[in-house]
Amino acid sequence: MGSLGSVRVRASAAVAAVGALTLVVGCSGGDDSVTGGGKKDGKTVITMGLYGVMGIKETGLLEKYEKENPDVDIQAEIAGDEQTYYTALQTRLAAGKGLKDIQGIEIGRAKEITETQADKFADFSKTPGTDHFLPWKESQISTEDGKVLGLGTDIGPMAVCYRKDYFEQAGLPTDREEVAKLWAGDWKKYVEVGRTFKKDFKGDDVAYMDAASGLFNAMVYGYPEQYYDEQGELIYQTNPAVKEAWNLAADAGEDGLTAKLRQFQPGWDPGLANGTFATAVCPAWMLSHISEKAGPANKGKWDVARAPKGANWGGSFLGVVEQSPVKEEAKKLVAWLTAPEQQAHIFKEIGNIPSSEQALQSADVKNARSEYFNNAPIGQIFGAAAQEIPDKQVLGRKDGTIKDTFSQGLTLIEQQGTPREEAWNTTAERIEKAVG
Amino acid sequence: MATSTTKVPAGGTPPGPPGEPSARGTARRRGALLHRLDIKGAPYAFVAPFFVVFAAFSFYPLVYTSWISLHDVELATLDVMEWVALDNYVDLWGDSRFWNALRNTVTIGVISTVPQLLMALGLAHLLNYRMCASLFFRVASLVPYATSVAAAALVFTMIFERDFGMINWALGTVGIDPVDWEADKWPAQVAISTIVIWRWTGYNALLYLAAMQAIPADRYEAASLDGASRWQQFTHVTVPGIRSTIVFTIVLSTIGATQLFGEPLIFGQGPNGVTGGADNQYQTLGLLLYEEGWKNYQMGRSATVAWAMFLLLILVFVVQRLIKRLRSRTS
Repeated sequence: MGSLGSVRVRASAAVAAVGALTLVVGCSGGDDSVTGGGKKDGKTVITMGLYGVMGIKETGLLEKYEKENPDVDIQAEIAGDEQTYYTALQTRLAAGKGLKDIQGIEIGRAKEITETQADKFADFSKTPGTDHFLPWKESQISTEDGKVLGLGTDIGPMAVCYRKDYFEQAGLPTDREEVAKLWAGDWKKYVEVGRTFKKDFKGDDVAYMDAASGLFNAMVYGYPEQYYDEQGELIYQTNPAVKEAWNLAADAGEDGLTAKLRQFQPGWDPGLANGTFATAVCPAWMLSHISEKAGPANKGKWDVARAPKGANWGGSFLGVVEQSPVKEEAKKLVAWLTAPEQQAHIFKEIGNIPSSEQALQSADVKNARSEYFNNAPIGQIFGAAAQEIPDKQVLGRKDGTIKDTFSQGLTLIEQQGTPREEAWNTTAERIEKAVG
Repeated sequence: MATSTTKVPAGGTPPGPPGEPSARGTARRRGALLHRLDIKGAPYAFVAPFFVVFAAFSFYPLVYTSWISLHDVELATLDVMEWVALDNYVDLWGDSRFWNALRNTVTIGVISTVPQLLMALGLAHLLNYRMCASLFFRVASLVPYATSVAAAALVFTMIFERDFGMINWALGTVGIDPVDWEADKWPAQVAISTIVIWRWTGYNALLYLAAMQAIPADRYEAASLDGASRWQQFTHVTVPGIRSTIVFTIVLSTIGATQLFGEPLIFGQGPNGVTGGADNQYQTLGLLLYEEGWKNYQMGRSATVAWAMFLLLILVFVVQRLIKRLRSRTS
């Protein structure tokens, strides 16, 4: 009896010990492919990591590609929020694990990627058929020694979205041409119209614009230099463009012209649905968000007018990870997804403006109208806005983080009533911390 | 593992007399050896899984974190580490955000822990009465604990929403102006504490209930014979009877409050969650750690915050120990 018991004890002790070892070893093992892609059962599996509404999956392009190439299987994973996505991407690049074959790169991160992660992304400079992009778009994702780390998807030329019905109630013109004339050439006039709106609007609880940060971004991105100069030095403290944008946005916040919302955060969505603000500075890619969140009930109430000045807010790239076992196939897919026809298709479906010059010139894009936005000729409006974007845009390593920090600084003024000098100092302090 | 295998031969069987090698002898000796191994080694083998996992997932990270905290490291370039000795700690000591986060952690901790434990005590007392469907109520009180932080925090965030939230709507019906639950400091801290209280009250109540049921009934009998009221019974029999459980829940809640992270992160939503509000009005130490590491990508400074939190907890318990010792000495 004793021996039987001891055998059992011995056996379970061994199992426990082995179990402990496998627990430890188990996490260093894993499959051979670092990206999850590869050749399986005669099929080429390509994985993608995307964020927001890039339109690649949403407009059925991936299925189309799979249909045309039956041996390819594409698995796309889409994160909602770009900041969350980028944090995960950084961690995975550092660990060299958990990456996808194709990774989306937002413009605010492009500089950091080209400066610190260039060797982890494949080079597109010799890929044929990729010379159709706007010249500044591809230079943003190129390294100094001429490596091209990705191909452009969309760009973010800007317009102003406004509620026709609210403008009418405030005694303002409602026709998009006339509305554009109200503020043509100067963002100050846009804020001035806001003061009139606030004075004359008859209804309750409707603010002129959604958030001061939208105005700030629109102004800052209209200049070739923003937070960094070409040498990579931080210049936001002395750059008059930043200061001017800050002051005007602070004016709007202090005068109660904003709904004190935070863009892209959940409070903003019910604001769209319930119509708590009359205008929003809208880059092309924001149209799909507005029409989705404001919903069918508000169809035809929104319209799009040209912005006072041209600027580029946002836009993305698609890069291929160097370690990918299906690198060539992934590059082929990226080249196809960013080709003029596909970019025009995405624009037609959801309104993201092509970064391909060729696509911008196509009749499909030029003549496009948005049914939701009162049949506005968005192809013309954004196409013209795209021409106004400065040809040279200096990007910086921490552009994305600095933009978010400024947005938060403006929230301080809007929501907490912090004096603008104090809010500026707090923001500067936070930026110092963030850039290290 | 290494300890169990090295230990056994050291205390092995004495060598048999030389020149007498018999098959039966070796077999018996091997049996005895294995028997010894069983007695002495098996316990080590059984506890090994815990210690191996602990070493891999707790001790190693602890040591590595302290190593990182002495360097200037960015997440994007983890292999480039610049030795800065204790600079990160000095900077943290002089950083107003650290003291702000510490204050917030303490205030949110108090606002959430005190009502939570008092309510749990009351709830346990009620559940201890004989009543219908008592099992249902006991299980029901544990349901919040079983929901995920993310789900609970998200629902509460919607309830506390400024423009279209349920609470502001309810306040509006009785003529109170809407409260900006996220932007204002105390409302935000109260809202976050509400999430914590909702999740943990039932759990603590069940711990108290279990302890209450272990109190012998004759104590209550004796008390009531002496003419003690229900309330006196509660304060003089129940509370002293579950004293050790109360201490246990206080320790547990303190640790939980120090590490508070998920609730404020989700409550703030997006960039404001990471920084604990635009004005850092509800940034806890856990959030500061996250901001340094995953917004600013400064792993060195992030690791420093982690160690500061660890040292802080140790400090709290040393102080608590000292007070306890002093007390027992005076009595």
